Amino acid sequence: MRRSWPLNLVSALLYVFLYAPIVVVIVYSFNAARFGAGWTGFTTQWYSALWHNPAALSAARNTLLLGGFSTAIATLLGTLLAVGLCRYEFPGRRFFSRLLYVPVFIPDIVLAVALLLTYSLLRSGIGFFEPGLTTMILAHVTFQIPFVAIVVRSRLAGLDPSLEEAARDLGANELRTFWHVTLPLILPGVMAGGMLAFTLSLDDFVVSFFTSGPGSTTLPILIYSSVKRGITPDINALSTIIILASVAGTVLVAGLQRLRAPERH
Amino acid sequence: MTDESSNLNAVTAGGARFGQTLTRAGHLWRSALFSGPAVLWLGLLLLLPMMLILGVSFLTRGEYGGMGLPVTLENYQRLAGFGELGFDNLYPVILLRSLLLGAGTAMLCLLAGLPLAFFVARLPGRWKNVALTLVVVPFWTNLLIRTYAWQIMLSPESWLSRAAHAVGIGVAGEPLYPGAFAVMLGMVCDFLPFMALPLYASVEKIDWTLAEAAADLGANRWRVFRHALLPQIVPGLVAGVILVFLPATGQFVIPDLLGGAKTAMLGNVIQQQFATSRDWPFGAAISTVALLLVGLGLWVYLRRGNREDTVL
Repeated sequence: MRRSWPLNLVSALLYVFLYAPIVVVIVYSFNAARFGAGWTGFTTQWYSALWHNPAALSAARNTLLLGGFSTAIATLLGTLLAVGLCRYEFPGRRFFSRLLYVPVFIPDIVLAVALLLTYSLLRSGIGFFEPGLTTMILAHVTFQIPFVAIVVRSRLAGLDPSLEEAARDLGANELRTFWHVTLPLILPGVMAGGMLAFTLSLDDFVVSFFTSGPGSTTLPILIYSSVKRGITPDINALSTIIILASVAGTVLVAGLQRLRAPERH
Repeated sequence: MTDESSNLNAVTAGGARFGQTLTRAGHLWRSALFSGPAVLWLGLLLLLPMMLILGVSFLTRGEYGGMGLPVTLENYQRLAGFGELGFDNLYPVILLRSLLLGAGTAMLCLLAGLPLAFFVARLPGRWKNVALTLVVVPFWTNLLIRTYAWQIMLSPESWLSRAAHAVGIGVAGEPLYPGAFAVMLGMVCDFLPFMALPLYASVEKIDWTLAEAAADLGANRWRVFRHALLPQIVPGLVAGVILVFLPATGQFVIPDLLGGAKTAMLGNVIQQQFATSRDWPFGAAISTVALLLVGLGLWVYLRRGNREDTVL
């Protein structure tokens, strides 16, 4: 096909458009100006200020705890679910496979208020479910599981069945086959799903906001309240750190998904 | 053969290859082991909440902001505009605005996504993956951060604002937000990857010989595109439009930060009911409408057969 300079130019501009917000935040995190959008000089003071900011540190701690626990649970349940949906039949399996897509499409605010409502009713009914880190973990796992399951499922679908067949032919029972052959083969998919889940948790604001309680503020919630009061440079510094973490996560996920299973012979 | 046993056979095709055929009971306990936990979790924390929302939408607002009987259709009537004081177009307008902004975002994303999709498809092999990953990376960064970045970019001193003022858009000295323009900008920037990827999946599979044949027969570039290429990318197009339109309509963060009171969308109203107004039944009614919209879109999306390799 002929080179098309208009197409390349438009595409380049579109890439710039896509990355503009990210670049702006990173650049302004080094802006010495305390207020306004004018540039007054380069500084890293906002980053060092973060270390001495107890609200930021506490929010970071909460975010990591939340992300860690929810990712662990969601990766486990999501992987098991992917294997189960692909291989074993149960009544309602088809319906449930469709249900899996709901958290992908649902507006996050609807999920958030639905959980808020559920927690509130459960609280008045059987107690517990006080807003806090636990309710947030429960909420995050809920939207993470489908993503993990979808990623692992696509990895499963691409597996060469002859490898598992060979294991069975050599006398391995179902459990050994699963543990020694299937699991290692889908491991890149599981890890990709896990990283995806962690990134989703890290980035989540709306669901966290509605299911959080006093003392369980996360970084996105902190950023939101700060932005509402007016953007300050230390928020830009915090945001830059979060952005770089997400970028690293995404690149890792992309890399993991490209890892090929052993070739067919 | 009953439908159920043919389901079993379809699923056990894998099992049969292992040299074993599972009985129905065999399927059931293995399902309980593997699928069980997640099914239980999602049943309690996804299905149940959605049903509670539906149920609560028919209740009335309690005295101290709680909810209670009587069961009523009042919330839906209010949504349709028929409040206690006669017809009030506040909520129908908001609903309409959400649909329009969602559709507008989808259209703009389509216009922007097409060049991107063709650009990536024309790249040599290894670069395709790089280009695709580059498109996806911004989407997986925090939406909140990317949205407030637009506040910075649209503030009066920014060069973007100055350029717009010079051309006549907006008033000099005032930011370009809040407003519908800023909301659209934020949404298109956020949802573009969601359009570009399914579009790319279709563009990648284009049979270019049809375009060549059309050109040989004398069609100009527009007609080649319209009649030889466009029909081939319809699946990706439909997927992309659904993937953008549905979430865009229900957006909360972007209109909250870039929209302001006059550009309130569904998401903002829902948030208000559960935060400040404390009218949970009404908020539940709006949420139900949003859920119905999502259900409709999901049905359309899954019906066309999700053959494409999307990022999901």
